[in-house]
This record gives sequence, C-alpha cells and structure tokens, in this order.
Amino acid sequence: MNYSSYIALIPLLPLAAFVLLGLFGRKYFNQSAGIIATMLLLVAAGLSLYTAYQYFFVNGKVGDAYQSITAVKYTWLTFSENVSIDMGILLDPISVMMLVVVTFVSLMVHIFSLGYMKGEERFATYYAFLGLFTFSMLGLVVSSNLFQIYMFWELVGASSYLLIGYYFQKPSAVAASKKAFIVTRFADLGFLIGILILAFYGESLDFNTIIHNLTTQQSSQFLAITSASFLGVSALTWGLVMVFMGGAGKSAMFPLHIWLPDAMEGPTPVSALIHAATMVVAGVFLVARLFPVFSINSDALTVVTIIGVTSALFAAIIACTQTDIKRVLAYSTMSQIGYMMFALGVSGYGGENARLTDSVGQGLGYTASMFHLFTHAFFKSLLFLGAGAVIHLVHSNEMKDMGGLRKLMPITHISFLIACLAIAGIWPFAGFFSKEEILLAAYNKSMVVYVIALLTSGLTAFYMFRLYFSIFWNKEAAVHDHHHGEGTLSMKLPLILLAVCSVAAGFIHFGNYVSSDGTALASEFHLSFAAAPLALGIGGILLAMWLYKTANDKPERLATALGGLYKAAYKKFYIDELYLFITKKLVFNLIGRPAAWIDKNIIDGLMNGIAAATGWISNLIKTLQSGKVQNYLLYFFGGIAALVIIFIYIWKP
Amino acid sequence: MNLSLLLILPLVFSLLVLVVKGQQQVRSVALAAAVAQLGLSIYLLIQFLGERAVNNAAYLFELDHSWYHALKIHYHVGVDGISVAMILLTSFVVLAGVLVSWKQEKLYKEFFFLLLFLSLGAYGFFLSLDVFLMFFFLEVAVIPKFLLIGIWGSGKKEYSALKLALMLMAGSALVFVGLAGLFFNSNVDGEHTFDIVKLAANPLAGDLQRFFFPFAFIGFGIFTALFPFHTWVPDGHSSAPTAASMFLAGISMKLGGYGCLRVATWLMPDAAQHYSTIIIVLACIAILYGAFATMMQTDLKYINAYSSVSHCGFVLLGIGMLTKTSINGAVLQMVSHGLMTALFFAVIGMIYDRTHTRQVSQLGGLLKVMPFISSVFVIAGLCSLGLPGLSGFVAEMTVFMGSWQRAGAFYHTATIVACASIVVTAVYILRAVGSSIMGPIKNNEHLSLSDAGWHEKTAAVVLLAGILIMGIAPFWLTDLINPGTEVLMQKIGSIK
Repeated sequence: MNYSSYIALIPLLPLAAFVLLGLFGRKYFNQSAGIIATMLLLVAAGLSLYTAYQYFFVNGKVGDAYQSITAVKYTWLTFSENVSIDMGILLDPISVMMLVVVTFVSLMVHIFSLGYMKGEERFATYYAFLGLFTFSMLGLVVSSNLFQIYMFWELVGASSYLLIGYYFQKPSAVAASKKAFIVTRFADLGFLIGILILAFYGESLDFNTIIHNLTTQQSSQFLAITSASFLGVSALTWGLVMVFMGGAGKSAMFPLHIWLPDAMEGPTPVSALIHAATMVVAGVFLVARLFPVFSINSDALTVVTIIGVTSALFAAIIACTQTDIKRVLAYSTMSQIGYMMFALGVSGYGGENARLTDSVGQGLGYTASMFHLFTHAFFKSLLFLGAGAVIHLVHSNEMKDMGGLRKLMPITHISFLIACLAIAGIWPFAGFFSKEEILLAAYNKSMVVYVIALLTSGLTAFYMFRLYFSIFWNKEAAVHDHHHGEGTLSMKLPLILLAVCSVAAGFIHFGNYVSSDGTALASEFHLSFAAAPLALGIGGILLAMWLYKTANDKPERLATALGGLYKAAYKKFYIDELYLFITKKLVFNLIGRPAAWIDKNIIDGLMNGIAAATGWISNLIKTLQSGKVQNYLLYFFGGIAALVIIFIYIWKP
Repeated sequence: MNLSLLLILPLVFSLLVLVVKGQQQVRSVALAAAVAQLGLSIYLLIQFLGERAVNNAAYLFELDHSWYHALKIHYHVGVDGISVAMILLTSFVVLAGVLVSWKQEKLYKEFFFLLLFLSLGAYGFFLSLDVFLMFFFLEVAVIPKFLLIGIWGSGKKEYSALKLALMLMAGSALVFVGLAGLFFNSNVDGEHTFDIVKLAANPLAGDLQRFFFPFAFIGFGIFTALFPFHTWVPDGHSSAPTAASMFLAGISMKLGGYGCLRVATWLMPDAAQHYSTIIIVLACIAILYGAFATMMQTDLKYINAYSSVSHCGFVLLGIGMLTKTSINGAVLQMVSHGLMTALFFAVIGMIYDRTHTRQVSQLGGLLKVMPFISSVFVIAGLCSLGLPGLSGFVAEMTVFMGSWQRAGAFYHTATIVACASIVVTAVYILRAVGSSIMGPIKNNEHLSLSDAGWHEKTAAVVLLAGILIMGIAPFWLTDLINPGTEVLMQKIGSIK
C-alpha cells in the first residue's frame, strides 16, 4: 500500500479528537470522551505499527540503505522563490521509529487516564488536550521542513502549557505552566535565529535540500556559510548552535532545565507522555534530524557533548536528594536525555561497523542515542505511570508518605521494579543495551566523557533504587484501603504492556534499522566492556538497599555528613534562585519598569509638553487678536515706530 | 464589480440608522449593514480573484471621475490584492464591533451611526487611487473616533479623546504637507496630479522625495503607533468603548500602515530606501520597548494597547526592510493584528461588562465561571504570542524571514532584536492569562457571573474564524497580496 494514501491519518486522527472534544466535549461527550479519544488513537497506533512494518521490513530499503521518503508534501506558505514552509511527511528510520514510540506511549497514557482521570470535571478537555499534543508531536517527528518542525515545536510547547496548567485553580500549576512556556520560548528564540541563519545560507527550508546544500563541499551555499563569520565563529556553527539552543530548551538541558521539575504539576499521565517519553526528547530528535550537518561541524558537536554530559551528571546528583517522587523522575529524565545528547555529540557520520579500537568517525553514537531514546520512552513512561498509580493510592507525591506498598499493589510493584532495573542498566533489561552502546561510543571518542557517563550510570542505579525502596519497602504501609488497591484494569494494562516493552526492546538489533546514513550498523557486545557499568550499577543498587530498604537513620546521617554538598544538591544548586534574580530583579526592574516609566513620563510627557507649549503660545498670540480696537491701534503705531527706527538707524543699504 | 457599492452601502445604512426608531430597529439595521458589508467584501474577493486570472493590470475595477476639476481631484478608486485584504479585514471587524455593541443603550442611534460612518471612511481609504481622496477618507475616519471616545468612553475620556484627536490631526497635517508636495512637484504631461497610478509611474526627483517622504511617513506613522508618536494609543484605547477600541486598533491603526506603504513607500521608493535605516531603528524600538512596557501594565486594556504598539512595529519593520517577503509580512501583520486585537478588545470588553474591572490583580479564575469568554481570551493571547495555526505566527514569521533576507549585519541585528520580542510577548501574555483567567477566584462576587450571550459569541466566532483561516491556510492570502507587492518591488529592484 502506498504510504501517501493513509499516512496523514496518523497525525490527523488525534487532531480530530482534539477538535471534536474541544468543541463539543463538555456538552455531549463528558462521559465518553476517554473512549472516543482512545479509539481514535488506537487506530493511529495501528497505522503507525503497520507503517513501521512496511518501512523496515518491506519496502523502506533500496539496496542496503533505508531511504528517506517524502510521502506527503504541499506548500503552505511561500516566502520567496526557493524558501517556503511546506507541510510534509518525511519517512526515514528515525521518524518511523518516533511514530511508533509516540502513538504507542500516547495510547498507553490514554488508556491509563481512563481510570486515573475518572470523575474529573474537565475530563473531555483533558482528552482534547492530549489529542492536541499527540497531533503536534506526530507532526513534529514527520516534519519534512525546518519551519514545519518549528511550528509543531511551538504547538507541543503550547499543549504542554495547557496540560501543565490543567489544574488551573492551583497557583503552583499556573506558575509552572508559565515557567515551562517562557523558558522554552527563550530557547526557541535561539532556534528561530538558527533557522534564519541556516535558511539564509542554505537557500531552502526543506530538510533534504538544506542538508544537501550545506554538506556538499563545493556548493555555493556551503562556501558562503563557512566563509561568513561573526565574532570569529563561522555562520554554520552559529546556525547549528542556535538551533541546538532550541533543542536544549525543549529537552531540559542544563542550564535551560529549570522548567522540567516544575512541570510535574501537571496530571501524572501527562508527565509520562510529554515530560518523559516524547516532547522532552524532541531536542535530541532535532539534532538527529540535522545530524548530517552537525557531523561536519566539530565545534557544534562539542557544544552538544558538553551540554549533554553536564546535564547527565548534574541532574543525577540532584535526583539523589529529592523527596518528591515525580521530581526524582524528572531529574532522572533530564539525566537520561543528557546521555542521548552527548551520544550524538561524540558520534560521527556513517561507518560500517563500530569497533572498540576505532577512535573517530563512526556513527555508533547516533544509533546508540536513538536506541536509548527508544528504550527510555518505555521504561520512563512506565516509571511515571507507576508513580501515578502510587500517587493515586496515597494522595501524595512525597516519599515520606509512602513505604511498604509492594503488597498493596503487586503489579505496580513488579513493573516499577522492571523499569528501575532497565534504567539502572542491568542485563537483560532494555536500558542495559542502549546505555552500553552509548558508553562504547563515548569510550571511542573521549575518556573524560566516558568516565562521567560511567559515574552517572552508577548514580542512576542508586537514586532509582532509593526511590524504589522508599516506595515499596522501607516501612509498613500507612494506607490500608485494600479495595482501592491499584485502580482499574485500564490502569494496570498499560503498566504490564510497558513492562514487557522495557524488557523486549533491548533485544532489537537497533543498528540494523536506525543509523546515521541508513545502512546497517553492526554493534558488538563485549563482556569485558560491560563489566564496569554493570558493577557500578549493582553497587548503586546495593548501596540504596542498605540505606533505604528498612526505615533507619543512616540516610539522615549521610546527609549531615555531606553537609553543604547535600544541601546544594537538595536546593538544585540554586539555579532557580539565579533565574529568579535575573528575571525579577534585573529584567523587570532594570528594563521593564524603566521602559514603562519612560513611556509614561518622558515620551508622553514630551507629547503633552508639545500640547502645553502650543497652548501657551496660542495664549500669547490670542491677545494679539483681542478684538479691541485700541490694542490694534497701539500695535499699528508701535509697528510704525519700530519700522521707522529700523529704516533710519539700523537698515543701511 | 462596481467598487462604489462599498461606499454606498455603509452610507445608505448609516442614514437608515438615523431614520428608524427604537434600539431593536437601530441595531438590527446596523447588523444588517455589517453582514451586507462582509458579504460584499467576500464577493469582492471572489470577483477579484476571477478577474485577476484573466487581467493582469495592477489595479482592478478602476473607476475614475473628476470630482473637483480646479484642483484636479478625482474620484479614482481601484483595488489590488493588498487593498482587498484590508477591505476584508475591515468588514470582519465591523461585524464583530456591531455585535459586541448589541446591548448599547446610551445614545444608541448616534453610536451605531458613527460606527457605520467610520467603516465608510475605512473602505474609502483602502479603495482610493487618488491621494487627495485618500486624505479625505482618512479624515472621515478620524472624527467619529473623537466622538466615540469623548461621549461613550470611560475613565479620563475627555483627555484621551482630545489627545487622540490632536495627535491624529497632527499626523493628518503632516500627511497633507506630504501630499501637497507630491501634487505640486508632480509633472505628468505638464500637469500636476493626485493620481496614485500616475504618481507611481512618474516619481519625483530624488531630493524632492527625500524632502517630502518624512512628512508622509511620519504622518501616517502616527496612526500606526510609530515610536515616539505612539502615546495616543494606550490612553485612547483604554478610554474608548469596546467597539471603538476594536475599530481603533483593528482598523484605524491599519490606515496608517497602509498609508505608509501605499503613499510614502509606493510613491517615493528612493526616499524609502534612503530612510530605511531610520525606519528600521524606530520600528525595532517600538517592538521591543513596547513589549517591555506592556510587561509592566496592570490594566487589561493597557496591556493590549501597548502590545499593539509592539505588534504594529512589525508592520513598520516589514515596510522598512523593503524586501518583497518583508512587505508581504507587513500586510499580513496588518490583517492579523487587526483581527487579533479586535478580538482581544472584544473579550476584554466582555470581561469588563461583567466584573466592572480591568485590573489584572482583581480578576482571577475566570475560566471557571465564564469558560467561553476565557477560552477566547486564551486563544487571542496565544495568537498574540505567535502560536502556529493562528494568524500571528504567519505574519510575524513572514516579517522575520523577509527581514533576514536583507543581507548585512545591521539588518540581521535588527531582525534578531525584533525576534527577541517573541519571548517578552510570551511573558506578558502568560502573566495576563495566568492571573486573570487561571488561578483561584479572587472575588466571590464573580462566581455568579454569566458567560457570553449569543451576540458576544457570534462576534468572537467571526473574528476567530478570520484568525484561524489565516493561521491554517495562509497561502491564499499571500497569493492575494503578492502581485501587489511585486508592483512595488519593481521600483525597489536594487534590493534583493
């Protein structure tokens, strides 16, 4: 079957759910909204799987490389001859993979929400927003045009804003939604400028054309963009770094990460979908989409690596100290995305196979990054949905209100454990395989990156099992509401399915399907190489077990022993305070207030001054036309006298 | 089609308003007039597209009659894509404006008469192909505004009305100097002329252009909030009654932008290039400084008024950059901002009618009690901050892309400055939405408020339809505008 005959339905079905439920949901579908949206998404997910099957196993490959297929394309807005925004659907390995990930996780979240959000007053609105988000995210991943991706990029941001602020009467939710939008907007400013630069020199907005133009060494566009420079940095580097800024904002990379922990104010299934599995990896996807261009510019790749590796470590440290379980997961997400990001940064383009001995130039990092994105989507959304089930039961986000829940919620417990093992990188769970590839890619490129990544993977195991033991072991359950238990079948089913994926996904030979140049990339498994991360992972788990399996005072003693470091990490290294200082104190007081004051007093004062001056002058003049004949006579003779004086004494020809 | 219909229709209906009796009859006539105008302008669009397919003249449906022979003033009308777009905008805003004024009780007859009369001025202005005729209609559109604010306004309305009228009159005076300069220095077959087509074909000498351009550009610029002559905007808008604010921001400010383009830039292209740098700097100041000033406002109308200063800066930036794309962007921004700001003022009016306050700090949680009005407010906000799928995005991005096409560090820096406003816009819009629409309800009296009535809903839907059509399917609008811009670009050929 031809892709173009049905492919557009995949994003359009969730859009239909949005329009239908957004317009008529409150009135007519308040009960059935969930079922309607879930059914529509089920069809979209089915179509995505079918597309993936067709693409990967039937007709995607020509020769030994997967092709990039433009299934749909029409011009949406023309700027100039070659530059236009086209709405298109581009199918290549990463977009097809993302279609599956997005529709599958979204479907799980739709199903989970049937139970979790039951009885909410704005139930239909919730599903409408989910539909809007899914539509936007799908539009983003299939974009064939740089501006198209920017448009859907903004739309996912807006739907994220609407969903974080779903509980709109809670001031903290309102503040969080605002913060998320504004911080990512700031990053998007960079993205926009990057687009302007790349489009200006690349003379196109179409991905395939722009990549071709900017990577062909002899092309006039390539010569122009590499020879132009600003502050000693080439226009190409500027363009890519600016685009990456947008990606870093959306993917909550340091130092633009501050919105993600706060975004946990949204309903938990939303966090699973948007702030764990899909939207936050958009930045990684963006870099991967433009990877052929990134790969020829080592400066931009270095920036990507540094930001990625910093975020990975930084977030992992903070995650060890947080007590709100969703915030732990949020920092963990940030850390894992850091992994994906630096994996791209250390990657090269193409390459037949990656060997331990190769030092440069291979595309293993690219494949590893996409692989980790893929596996992470499953186990991280599982963790969030599990956390959602827990919160549903204990009505709190705080670890101290939990403990001993393993007997009350066996399915949640087992699936959560599987996800924890997966993220900790324990064989044979999915995270092991993808993290292994990332570490190998880092090892091949840079020792520093490798060591930090290794350290972070130990920390990851520690904080995830700190979370696990605190929720399910530690002390006796405070809740005894047995019949409430784990919630409905609709809440258990997604957990089971995602748990299965969290195990199975790792066994896919990912390099066969997704690689930087479309050809198969064989990845080997080295036991010797796997030993170090495995040992660190198990060490982290054992440490967490020792500290948190039973209630004791060791964690507190440890925190006291660490002193300032613990406090700084607990306070998230004061980055929020720094931002608050910059925005509230500097931007508002030094720019906003003066601007408003100047406008009111100086500019408007000037206008009023002109009016007043006009009034004053006319007051002066009006006495000249008083209508009193005596005055006129006086002026007349005064004038004659003046003229006589002038003619006689002053004016001498 | 006969373009005079667009003038006769509002004239006849506005006279009819004076004849009929009672609120119900008056507003019905006004509504009929507005609907008929919308129908007529859509008919114009269809006719125009059909005619242009077979006729590639610069202006279609031209009519040319001598009006006052001694001064060679002609009743010369005709349209190109740009004017059709502006006429469409006007008819959308007029319909919405009549609908939101449905409950008008004070001097309703005079009120609706002035609204319709104002629309007459706007249509005439956009149709004119004679500079003097254009000036005539510009004045027709100014005077009713003075009365609308002075009589039906609120707050310090006398001050605002006077300020607005004086500043706009000063603008008109400057415009008049500019067009007198055009007239007396024109030489078409040995005669002076006001005719836009002839003036465009026979431009003035370079130094004369450079002398008279500032008069025309600043004069029209005052109407469209050119920095530093924008201060009538906040006071004028906030004191005006809802429909007048909608007209003022939605249509009147566009008269200025259109004038800057059609008269100043169109007829004096050399001077436009000469002063391009200054225009860009002033536009950038308006954009960013306006946005920062908006951030500090606490009154919803002031927020929207200051944001209009910022958004109209994009119009001037697009014109100043003088690339085909940027000028298309300027026209798109005029249409987009007209629709969006009219919608914003409409919902602010609806909120004010119910809560009797426009102070952000006294509102809160309105989404709970008036979901329709609040949702529209949020959508208008999202349009203002340039969300894709709504008109603002299309217009702003076209301006940005067009501006960046002008090569050179200065132009690129200016574009980045303008782009930076998208962040500030997000800040002030989300602050306004966050504390008035979302959050807890601050005033318990608000719990009993009602949502929008049918007329208010219809008004919002009309404008939303415009915003969505433009936001989702912008291609037809750029196709409409583009040939008009190309005519201009032939004269500015030296810039890419």
